[in-house]
Amino acid sequence: MKNTVFFGALTVAGLAAGMASAATLDDVKARGSLNCGVTTGVPGFAAPDANGVWEGFDVAVCRAVAAAIFGDSTAVQFVPTTGQTRFTALASGEVDMLARNTTWTFSRDVDLKFEFTGVNYYDGQGFMVPRDLGVSSASELDGATVCIQTGTTTELNLADYFRVNNISYEPVPIETNAEAQQQYLAGACDVYTTDASALAATRATFEAPGDHIILPEIISKEPLGPLVRHGDNEWADIVRWTLNALIAAEELGITSANIEGLASAPTDNPEVNRLLGTEGELGAMLGLEANWAMNAIMAGGNYGEVFESNIGESTPIGLARGLNAQWTNGGLIYTPPFR
Amino acid sequence: MSDTQAQTVAYVRDTMVDAQTPPITEVGVIKWLRENLFSSPLNAILTIASLYLVYWVIAHVGPWMINGIWVADSLTECREIRNATLGADVPAACFAVITERWPQLMFGFYPSDAYWRPVVALLVFFVGIAPVLFDKLPRSLLIGTLLTPFVMYLLLWGGSIWGPFAVGLGFVAGYFTFRFLNPINSLMGTIGAIIVPILFWFFLTGPIASTLTATAPIGLPFIESKDFGGFTLSVVIGIAAIILSLPLGILLALGRQSDLPIIKYSAVVFIEVIRGVPLIVWLFTASLLLNYFLPPGTNFDLMLRVIIMVTLFSAAYIAEVIRGGLAALPKGQYEAADALGLDYWKSMQLIILPQALKISIPGIVNTFIGLFKDTTLVVFIGLLDPVGLTNAIRASTDWNGIYWELFLFIGIMFFIFCYSMGRYSLYLEKKLQREHR
Repeated sequence: MKNTVFFGALTVAGLAAGMASAATLDDVKARGSLNCGVTTGVPGFAAPDANGVWEGFDVAVCRAVAAAIFGDSTAVQFVPTTGQTRFTALASGEVDMLARNTTWTFSRDVDLKFEFTGVNYYDGQGFMVPRDLGVSSASELDGATVCIQTGTTTELNLADYFRVNNISYEPVPIETNAEAQQQYLAGACDVYTTDASALAATRATFEAPGDHIILPEIISKEPLGPLVRHGDNEWADIVRWTLNALIAAEELGITSANIEGLASAPTDNPEVNRLLGTEGELGAMLGLEANWAMNAIMAGGNYGEVFESNIGESTPIGLARGLNAQWTNGGLIYTPPFR
Repeated sequence: MSDTQAQTVAYVRDTMVDAQTPPITEVGVIKWLRENLFSSPLNAILTIASLYLVYWVIAHVGPWMINGIWVADSLTECREIRNATLGADVPAACFAVITERWPQLMFGFYPSDAYWRPVVALLVFFVGIAPVLFDKLPRSLLIGTLLTPFVMYLLLWGGSIWGPFAVGLGFVAGYFTFRFLNPINSLMGTIGAIIVPILFWFFLTGPIASTLTATAPIGLPFIESKDFGGFTLSVVIGIAAIILSLPLGILLALGRQSDLPIIKYSAVVFIEVIRGVPLIVWLFTASLLLNYFLPPGTNFDLMLRVIIMVTLFSAAYIAEVIRGGLAALPKGQYEAADALGLDYWKSMQLIILPQALKISIPGIVNTFIGLFKDTTLVVFIGLLDPVGLTNAIRASTDWNGIYWELFLFIGIMFFIFCYSMGRYSLYLEKKLQREHR
């Protein structure tokens, strides 16, 4: 009992100490690089290339934040984290931010004491079936065997969906996406279910993608976004508004091609001027340079460019914008104004 | 006695029958087949079943491997090449992923202009360990062996040459303390040999290293632990843990046999606690729990934490293996050592340990092989060892969908390492057995 109290006290002391060193921005500046937690590899979202350079949709967020702080998108140390280690790595201060396909949920935000700084991808759980199965809707899946990754929210969503629709299924538990691909192709299950973006990426690798269809039903909401620790609102602001800057840039038509021209002198559009630092002092409010947003956008382009180059329709993953289109195009991507 | 028969038997043949050719079923291949493969109906059935199994595996895996494509830039390109040269439904492995990602699988994220450093470090390791492995080499080379860890550290991580130098001085200080104090009092010598180097490392190493670095900045560019990956990571963790856990295991085994209750019970508690918990839990402790306990901002290298945990884990096993060896020695050996007037360390060094270690060799090597394979568990704490890299490689859009080729390659590599360790152990046992006779 005494030991429990002792260790409990140590833990609390450690956590409190973690909270106390609140000025993450100062730590990052002193270190000279941003520690960014990423996955150990999800196609299109984060992966090292043959030269060990990390690239992907989530990686681009890390690079944009590093560029906003240092003006150098390579000033990032990427820390690969697994599903088990990611939250501890962030809570303990091993990484300054996570950009790691993490679903924004109530308990993660409130109970685990993290701050989600926005959504960079709206995902949802879907189903993939072989065309031969002759199924066109998830409600026809009664009695199907389903490959499902254990210990994820997808497992719970699946159970909920089948219960609500009063149909039965037989789960085939698997550990990783790669294993699921093999099992599904080998016919160990009729259906593979996971996030729709992963389904699309998986299907794109098949020898005959046309033999498999992704059913229209999306059975869950999976807003994925970068997150930081509770307790340092200034730091959370930097990450939040860097992401917003990328989104605003697309909305305002600022691209990596025309940004230098737009930033060289004030333009007719005051919001563009405020964003690029030629007017007002938004950068100083964040504790950054006036051209912070310009640097962030130049790191990989605006939101739309980042999307297209990593997971968009021109890539093998081939995701359509869908929910992730700008609000002006019927999507959910929307940033509060830069004012 | 043969005389008796001469009286009772009517005819005794007194010349040898000419040698006949043996029946065809009793010579050569057919005999061997009959005796070994078809000696009974059950064995015949088992033989045919096994042959069919072997044929089945080869028929399925063989073409896939022989048709393997070694040069391509992506899985899609592999499939295009296969369709163009072999046809669409022919099984063909895409080994091109290994060709393209070879440096990454070997060195992880190590800077490419420094690839020579891990290679040289491995060579240094083999040169350094040769006098330990093969007793035909001159004993004076053992001095080089003692320097090997420092040279390897310098090659792998780089930085100033004076850091490892100052740490090495600590060992020298400990050695001389022991030499100086041991004649006065054996226990004091032992305690001094532990305390002096620790004090030295805490208070003197830093200043010495920084002063020398300031005066003579010699060294290699520093490379951070996070850049280690692939087989470099596995081999570094494996070798470091093997080198460190053997002496620690010996000390723990001796400690467990000690008459001093404090030493004995700390050794027992240590061994039982470490051994009683799975390695993966210790790795999670190293990567997650320690972060909470250490003051924020402390940069305690993750790889170092892993090496420490793997070392402690394997030391507990080694200790038990060696304890088995110690227990197998007759009591007379201990008494003989005492009767000769040897002190504790001398009797251990000259009489007890050589015999006990000889008995323990298979167990020790077995533990080492297990330890080397267990290094793949670091994938669960986000280190990119070869198994972790398979996931990262698959996550690139070029290679998404590739599976067996990578695991086959990693399996073969691990087999080479572990099999050579096993062979060496056999060699050692045979040699020591001959000496015993």
